[in-house]
Amino acid sequence: MKFLAARRRNPLVALGLLLAALVAVGGGYAAIANVQPAQASASSQTQVEEGKKLYLAGCSSCHGMEAQGTANGPTLLGVGAAAVDFQVSSGRMPLAAPGAQAVAKAPSYNEEQVAALAAYVASLAPGPAIPTEEDASFEGANVAQGGVLFRTNCAQCHQAAGQGAALTQGKWAPNLMQAEPKEILEAMLTGPQSMPVFSDGTLPLENKKQIIAYINNLQNASSPGGLDLGRLGPVTEGLFLWTAVFAALIGAAIWIGIKAR
Amino acid sequence: MSTTSPVETAGAGAATYVDQRLGSNKFLARNLGKVFPDHWSFMLGEIALYSFLVVLLTGTYLTLFFKPSMVEVIYDGSYVPLKGVSMSEAYSSTLDISFDVRGGLLIRQMHHWAALIFVASMSVHMFRVFFTGAFRKPREFNWIIGVVLVTLGLGAGFSGYSLPDDLLSGTGLQIARGIVQSIPVIGTWGAFLLFGGEFPGTDFISRLYAIHILLIPGLILAMVTVHLIMVFTQKHTQFPGPGRTNDNVVGYPLMPVYMAKAGGFFFIVFGIIALVGGLVSINPIWVFGPYTPDQVSAATQPDWYIGWLDGALRTMPNLESHIAGFTLSWNVLVPAVIIPGIIFTALGAYPFIEAWVTGDKSEHHLLDRPRNAPTRTGLGVMAITFYLLLFIGGGNDLIASAFNMSFNSIIWFLRISYFVLPPLMFVLTRRICLGLQRRDREKLLHGYEAGRILRLPHGEFIEAHEPLSVKELAVITSKTDIAPIPTPQKTDIDGVKNKKYAIQSRRSKLSHFFYGENVPLPSAAEIEAGQAHVAADAALEAPLHAYEDADQISTFHGGVLHHPGMAATNAEQQNEH
Repeated sequence: MKFLAARRRNPLVALGLLLAALVAVGGGYAAIANVQPAQASASSQTQVEEGKKLYLAGCSSCHGMEAQGTANGPTLLGVGAAAVDFQVSSGRMPLAAPGAQAVAKAPSYNEEQVAALAAYVASLAPGPAIPTEEDASFEGANVAQGGVLFRTNCAQCHQAAGQGAALTQGKWAPNLMQAEPKEILEAMLTGPQSMPVFSDGTLPLENKKQIIAYINNLQNASSPGGLDLGRLGPVTEGLFLWTAVFAALIGAAIWIGIKAR
Repeated sequence: MSTTSPVETAGAGAATYVDQRLGSNKFLARNLGKVFPDHWSFMLGEIALYSFLVVLLTGTYLTLFFKPSMVEVIYDGSYVPLKGVSMSEAYSSTLDISFDVRGGLLIRQMHHWAALIFVASMSVHMFRVFFTGAFRKPREFNWIIGVVLVTLGLGAGFSGYSLPDDLLSGTGLQIARGIVQSIPVIGTWGAFLLFGGEFPGTDFISRLYAIHILLIPGLILAMVTVHLIMVFTQKHTQFPGPGRTNDNVVGYPLMPVYMAKAGGFFFIVFGIIALVGGLVSINPIWVFGPYTPDQVSAATQPDWYIGWLDGALRTMPNLESHIAGFTLSWNVLVPAVIIPGIIFTALGAYPFIEAWVTGDKSEHHLLDRPRNAPTRTGLGVMAITFYLLLFIGGGNDLIASAFNMSFNSIIWFLRISYFVLPPLMFVLTRRICLGLQRRDREKLLHGYEAGRILRLPHGEFIEAHEPLSVKELAVITSKTDIAPIPTPQKTDIDGVKNKKYAIQSRRSKLSHFFYGENVPLPSAAEIEAGQAHVAADAALEAPLHAYEDADQISTFHGGVLHHPGMAATNAEQQNEH
């Protein structure tokens, strides 16, 4: 003790104490921060608490008290904040009624609540985070390359023009004409409903941006040929032929065929 | 003294000039006055002819710019979302036609719409010919030519749909290749022969191009020519009406009436095609993208006229058998080869089958009313029902997504309906036809129900009937009653065994099935008596009409008759008192 007591007024002591305090605070913060490794946005403990309350009230009956999943709903461990954000803010969750597939509708939670739910689910296990605005921005992405990728990876379910189509047993791939870039990115990252996951390993972010750019191009494309008939191909063309066009032709034939009086 | 105008003089001069070189006056004199009957449904074939002419004209323009080549190129045209993408020259030149050739997109769309109209109008024309019995003797050969023309139309359409080498057409070709492969023994070699190797290869588009622009149009032109010459020489059939018989044609002469009508109609059809081609997008290949075998779009469909084949494929259960190491794909062979084979064979053979069953060997120039051939009409509706069910099958995924249904359920609905609905429609149609025949008989015997009840002076109530018009009488009595073939005897009078008994008996049964339940027309005397009775009713009513005509009375609700001078309203009545 004499050694310490003798040097307690040493000018270096202040420096040493400052260093120790910094290490303690920094180390302590790092220890806490490690609990939520994939959480990019700073989510306060209160947000997680708030999310847990909402979860227990609105989601736990199907997904389980610990989000472990039940017979009525899958586990949410590892789905990440992106999945929660996609499903809840598009109104697909909470489910309106059991059916082949969740239907998109007006969301039941406001933005803050969605963020809280996302934070809570993300706090349980690591998973894809909600994409930042920068991630979802597709400025400068190659549209033509996006088209090739879209036709290779997306068109077999969403149809070449992104109009959506039927899947088996009453399921469907939705129409993409109103989809937001962030929504598309979240869907690719988390694979909602029947959709496969396109992780950054299989489809790098750069390619995802190209696909989003192509979908955006489809959404804003004009129809050089005139009335586009829903861009659904020969079925609507045939319908138009047999109704409008043929009615006009038969009408003309009847008009000419009316016996001259 | 007659004077001729300068125009007439010039016309006569020109006619003489041409006649001296071609001898055309005699031909023209004989044919320009040819009489054609008038009915709107006789113009359905004209729509087909005119839309085919539009297809030829627009197609010629497209050949100037289309490159039927599968050489890989990098696109560098003006459609930005495909810039730098590798594609076949066929696809890239179709993009050029759509975006960089002046008027190219309009002509392309007109070509495609006209092609759809061509097949559609042929089909409806065929319905008309079928349901009115216009295929009967002496026109059986022309019916067969018609069936060949429809088949060629499908070939022309499908080969054209496949040329741009976009994602839709490539998928269609892959299915076509699968169908060829499903044919036992020769399938695999056949597919290799057609495509010049593995799919998609590098040869097929140029081969298809030669078929599409040379072989099929040439055959169609030749067939159309024969078809029309036969209509000309056999004369056109006509609907029954006053003064129309099997031995005359009532209508208007070709020159000037039909020249004007047909010429005008050509321009109307051309105009409608141009309008639709200019205003409504068809086959936007830039949306579908270039074909590569590793890509496919959901909701991939062929054009409407192949839809029924696609539907058959989509709804067929997945059946395969393996015989001595070879696979027989019933799931493709049945819907895509056997069923169409049966349908087209039955279609071509129908006039001969019907003539055999009915034993009818007389010539027919007067058309049947569909109700007067209930079995034929029933068979026709049955066939159309089957076709429509297949057609729905072709669009099952789009129907599913449009109406939030499961397409598995649609497929099962169709699989059951194929066997239930067509026979049901046959029975229903036949009953409706027989009902209409009874109604016709009723009309002949009792006239129209006027809907007026008369009370006769002695208190009897009768419903007034009105006599038929001359036209209606002629139409209804045009029906010819053909007796079914009598049941054959097993042995003749001398006890000699009838060797043909089995076939004759079957034929007689079919004939009874065809005609047995027909409601015979009343005899001429009965008709006369019936119409006379109706006239007597009218005579009873005559004084009443005279009363009405004199404008002496007015009727009010409640049927009270008011004479002039009588109070017309309650107020007036009260004033009187």
